Amino acid sequence: MADPRIIIVGAGPAGTRAAEACVQAGIRPIVLDEGRRDGGQIYRRQPDNFTRPYAKLYGTEAPRAQALHETFDGLKDRIDYRAETLVWNIADGHVRTATRTMESALPFDALLLCTGATDRLMPVKGWQFAGAYSLGGAQVALKSQAVSIGHKVVFMGSGPLLYLVASQYVQAGADVVAVLDTAPYSARIKALPDLLAVPSVLWNGVALTLALKRAGVMVRNSVKPLEILGNVEDGLSGIRFRVGAGAEQTIACDAVAMGHHLRPETQLADLARCAFAFDPVTRQWLPERDGDGRSSVAGVYLAGDGAKILGARSAEASGRLTALAALGDLGLPVDKGEMASLRGDVGTYAKFARGLATAFPWPAEQAGALPDEAILCRCEGVTAGDLRAVMRETGAKEANRAKAFSRVGMGRCQGRYCGLAAAELIAAQADIPVEQVGRLRGQAPVKPLNISIGDTDA
Amino acid sequence: MSRFVRLGETDRPSLTLHVDGAPIAALEGDTLMVALLSQGAALRQSEFGPERRAGFCLMGACQDCWVWTESGDRLRACSTLAAPGQRILTSQPEASWPTHA
Amino acid sequence: MSAASDVIIVGGGLMGSSAALFLRGHGLSVTLLETDLIGRQASGTNFGNVRRQGRPIHQLPLANRAIDIWRRSRELLGADVEYLQSGHIRVCYRERPELVGSMEEYADKARAEGLDLELLSGNALRDKFPFFGADVLAGSYSATDGHANPRLAAPAFARAAERLGAVIHEHTKIVDAQKIGEDFVVSAADGRTFRAPILLVTAGAWGNALSSQFGEPVPIVPRGPNMSVTEPVPYAILPAVGVMTPVEEETVYFRQVARGNIVLGGSTRGPSFPDQYRAYVEPQNTVSQLKHIRRLAPALGKLNIIRVWSGIEGYLPDSQPVMGPSATTSGLYYAFGFSGSGFQIGPGVGETMAEIIAQGATDIPIAPYTIGRFAKG
Repeated sequence: MADPRIIIVGAGPAGTRAAEACVQAGIRPIVLDEGRRDGGQIYRRQPDNFTRPYAKLYGTEAPRAQALHETFDGLKDRIDYRAETLVWNIADGHVRTATRTMESALPFDALLLCTGATDRLMPVKGWQFAGAYSLGGAQVALKSQAVSIGHKVVFMGSGPLLYLVASQYVQAGADVVAVLDTAPYSARIKALPDLLAVPSVLWNGVALTLALKRAGVMVRNSVKPLEILGNVEDGLSGIRFRVGAGAEQTIACDAVAMGHHLRPETQLADLARCAFAFDPVTRQWLPERDGDGRSSVAGVYLAGDGAKILGARSAEASGRLTALAALGDLGLPVDKGEMASLRGDVGTYAKFARGLATAFPWPAEQAGALPDEAILCRCEGVTAGDLRAVMRETGAKEANRAKAFSRVGMGRCQGRYCGLAAAELIAAQADIPVEQVGRLRGQAPVKPLNISIGDTDA
Repeated sequence: MSRFVRLGETDRPSLTLHVDGAPIAALEGDTLMVALLSQGAALRQSEFGPERRAGFCLMGACQDCWVWTESGDRLRACSTLAAPGQRILTSQPEASWPTHA
Repeated sequence: MSAASDVIIVGGGLMGSSAALFLRGHGLSVTLLETDLIGRQASGTNFGNVRRQGRPIHQLPLANRAIDIWRRSRELLGADVEYLQSGHIRVCYRERPELVGSMEEYADKARAEGLDLELLSGNALRDKFPFFGADVLAGSYSATDGHANPRLAAPAFARAAERLGAVIHEHTKIVDAQKIGEDFVVSAADGRTFRAPILLVTAGAWGNALSSQFGEPVPIVPRGPNMSVTEPVPYAILPAVGVMTPVEEETVYFRQVARGNIVLGGSTRGPSFPDQYRAYVEPQNTVSQLKHIRRLAPALGKLNIIRVWSGIEGYLPDSQPVMGPSATTSGLYYAFGFSGSGFQIGPGVGETMAEIIAQGATDIPIAPYTIGRFAKG
């Protein structure tokens, strides 16, 4: 048999470690990545002509980031690396790629999806105004472009990234006005037993909060976001919120970084026809996989945060583990002992991730409480009231049905940023469990695809 | 008015591009988004609402930062580098194929 | 225990939903049974052409009946199904000049059926529709055709029927139908049964499963439309646009909705799987569709598509539906297998089937659609 054809989608922590395992086994995998450079989002690399050192860019994670980048640089001659390449569809044992207007169909024996994550968003009235950014976006601005998203920045939402990015902004000299965490402090105490699974990460988080307070940043827990203030021309001008049952407060700012932890990018798993199951801890639909990353579809493997949010450290372990599983399935010799040890690592991070979900809960109830005039779907400009009216008129209470009638999730982003909140709103309005609402089906193209695709003269 | 604030890496060579017909200066290595928002408040007009938009995710996922070239091509501002001579529009060009039916 | 009514309709697409509405207008009690949700397959995933031109001449009376319903759909349904009478232009390419003669011939016959078409070429065509590419030779323009939103249409008909008293059961998969005495007894997978003296099968690609139970199998083939939609762009293209060609791959069409998105359809249809309730868009068909769209309207080459989709359609060998009474069983009626061309005529089919069932006859010619044409021997 000729060398097995392995395709890895994504060049972040999981994809890099998967590629490394393939190369060590004597295989030259194809690595497809949308980014201009490897590293993914969390270890995103700055442009070539930027000079900030690793310690400044990645803080406590600098050694990991550097090791990952150096690994990838060392692999480049031994992999078929295609940057700025979108995988827009998968069918019949081929991934379909687009690089500008060039289109290719690449056959595979094993496909490793290491597609990473994007921010999970809970809409707040006014979040369509210029100056509202996702938390991950705020971090990309700083890490990859050395800019702050505004002159006076508020961080609002929940999750470890909230504190991490806020403190990175402070350290870089940005004016951080406040960190508004929707999670109650008590939730973190409750989550301690699970969080202790990875004490160093837990301690990093505690240190970040202390550093923020020392820097004079207002940090609040149990926040109920009410409204992002602003106007249609100049954008954002402030935030109105409440702490617990307290009085309404308003903070002036020109930027807000918002997010509630992350959600996996599962569209390619969906297009590859992988089975999904509802995860009650994160209230998300996740592609099913076994302990080694095998999906329900033979030859399709899932690793890293693109399958389930377990963090960058876990992604490195699961990327390698999944690649070893794929290599073993293809009949190549693999180290069973190493696989067992990697499984143990992934399990540890899984416990920690469960702790994070407890400590920084997704505020599902906020979706049901969105005022009618609040924009729910930013792409299509659909309000919470529009969706509720459609539900009343048509009786729709299934995610794709509600989308078909209301256009929620029908826009350019394909529901990445409104889909989970829309499902919670539907569940609240229909008084049904959110899993009964179902999930938005993934539809090609995964990202917008130019009509000139395949036009060799373009 | 600017939206983004540069916090470092400012010793890069500068370049000039045009936005809505007027020249602006940017730095080599800037994304189009950073180039535009370092000297302006927004990138584009929302199709379905009255507000201006300035991008959201910065990682090519939300599709909120598409701008246009004067020749009608679409560019995602967060994942396209600014380049000398680019001629960018922040409002969608009116269709060049009007019908009179 | 059976739920009883005057008529059972199996299949909640546009045909079944509109038939339910018009049957209520005749005062008959109606039970509409749908496997999944109303209008989710062929009726909800098609291109949305409300187009008469290009249909067989014998179908134009039915299409004319349908256009009257589309025009008053807002009042009739109490809902906006985004119907726009904004025209339809059908063009042919320079490499097939003989098709201009076919267009002229068709226009002459269509005029006799009340459909006025304007033939355009050269500067007249390009002045009116400057977006056409250099390969486009001539076009036939129908000012009174247009388009509507398929996602909204069938559900709006079903809701209107429900308001008038039709009983609709979604998530009701029918596994058996028999005539016992004077009544049809229809059984669902979960054991529920429904009883009525009249049965109307509007089950699209699944229609053959029921017609076969009454000794009338038809050679239906499931396929799926090949659909894409662009990002929103300024609203400027009023008519629906399509290509006249004998080559399936070249057969593309597009329309712009008032919000600005341009819906693209055509080129090679995909496979669909009625048993699994799934239809897939083959990537190669998307690529080929976009190639032929660029040829038809090069300016669209600048745009991005943001979504593709398909659904389950039933095709018959002569591309004509089965529509009318059963040849074997009294009280049994069919309207399925619309072969990718049912959306415009859908409401007319519903009104005509209601008329046949309630009054025993119709002036609309339906002979070409008899199920008897597939009878052996």
